[in-house]
Amino acid sequence: MDLIPTPSQTVGPYFHLGLTGGRSVARVAGEATKGERIALTFRVLDGDGAPINDAMIEIWQANAAGKYRHPDDPQTAPIEDDFWGFGRLATAEDGRCQFETIKPGRVPDSRGVLQAPHINVTVFARGLLRHLCTRVYFADDPANRQDPVLALVSEERRATLLLHPDPGRAGHWLFDVHLQGERETVFFDV
Amino acid sequence: MSKIQNATGPLIAPYRRPQPGSQPELLHEPYRSTIRRAPSKPPILLPHTLSEVTGPLHGHEEIGETDNDLTRQHAGEPLGERVILSGRVLDGDGHPVPHTLIEIWQANAAGRYFHQRDQHPAPLDPNFSGAGRTLSDANGGYRFVTVKPGAYPWRNHYNAWRPAHIHISLFGPAFATRLVTQMYFPGDPLLALDPIFQSIRDERARERLISRLDMETAQPEWALAYRFDIVLRGRDATPLEA
Ligand SMILES: [Fe+3]
Repeated sequence: MDLIPTPSQTVGPYFHLGLTGGRSVARVAGEATKGERIALTFRVLDGDGAPINDAMIEIWQANAAGKYRHPDDPQTAPIEDDFWGFGRLATAEDGRCQFETIKPGRVPDSRGVLQAPHINVTVFARGLLRHLCTRVYFADDPANRQDPVLALVSEERRATLLLHPDPGRAGHWLFDVHLQGERETVFFDV
Repeated sequence: MSKIQNATGPLIAPYRRPQPGSQPELLHEPYRSTIRRAPSKPPILLPHTLSEVTGPLHGHEEIGETDNDLTRQHAGEPLGERVILSGRVLDGDGHPVPHTLIEIWQANAAGRYFHQRDQHPAPLDPNFSGAGRTLSDANGGYRFVTVKPGAYPWRNHYNAWRPAHIHISLFGPAFATRLVTQMYFPGDPLLALDPIFQSIRDERARERLISRLDMETAQPEWALAYRFDIVLRGRDATPLEA
């Protein structure tokens, strides 16, 4: 059997009522979680380069050992009690939102090739009839060169998937989501 | 199903891709906000890895006693037509999806959201804030009590009105099964005029978004009921060799 899945519809401009506000998750990892502490600031921009103040970002990531908190992850590495791997925030007037987390480890793909550290990202907004999926990678990581998913992306567009260090603040990383335009972010059909 | 580990890496049973036309196009010009927000380049097909077949599970979360009854979250009862909304969450094979978080939000009976940015000059209801959440049970079943939302105007085009709808968000078992949608009511003449509903080409897929009157669940002298089953993506039974 292959039933038609229920189609997606836009979150509209009032999703804060049900999904963020009191339901926001800015901290992805607790104090007991091992790993390098980082802050990630996303900014969502439309085709005119204008910030979007009614978008929502969700992130999903592995812990520093490259293990997801999920029963279908067969890896034997332990997972901390206060590590969920999930975050969700609405963008502010300037199109930004900021998560606190740890840098994820490397997760194997189905051939056993280790992927570079990456965070899975979902973008929702008024005007998006379906959510968009992308991944963000760390600009300075040597593992990026062997990453099997980055290898699917043409070289000139790969840079749209890189988090950049915030020059003034150690451990802070920045990422602009360009929904359209010359610097349009690469989105994946997941 | 995907827990087999071979010498090289974890074998992954991927989630199936939705049939063509069954999901809305990102650029749908009659819905004007898509014009500057829809990506112009096609997405890159991502073969599933552990990153896509895992996802946030919320089974341990606290669900408050009135979280699934939007008519009991304030001192008094909200105005409007009381309705029971229930159904099942299923996967593409028709099997239940248990213990998954379902979150809803909606306008009040007058068509006004309890939200700063909603300036529609219809009354707010002090007894209705319009947000709820629940977990599906072991059989995928869920139930909310709420009021039927009103239609409301939006500025998409001249005299544009959204059909009555309830926004629904589900996680399902994986990153790949995330779904945010809207549920509509049967027989609503505004559906034919709504660019958001009409953004889905396949008529059978569109019909999935319309609930049906459910007189078996309706309670005499108290509430009408609507049934809405939600189908998440199916999954291949056996892992594919890479
Ligand atoms: Fe709405």
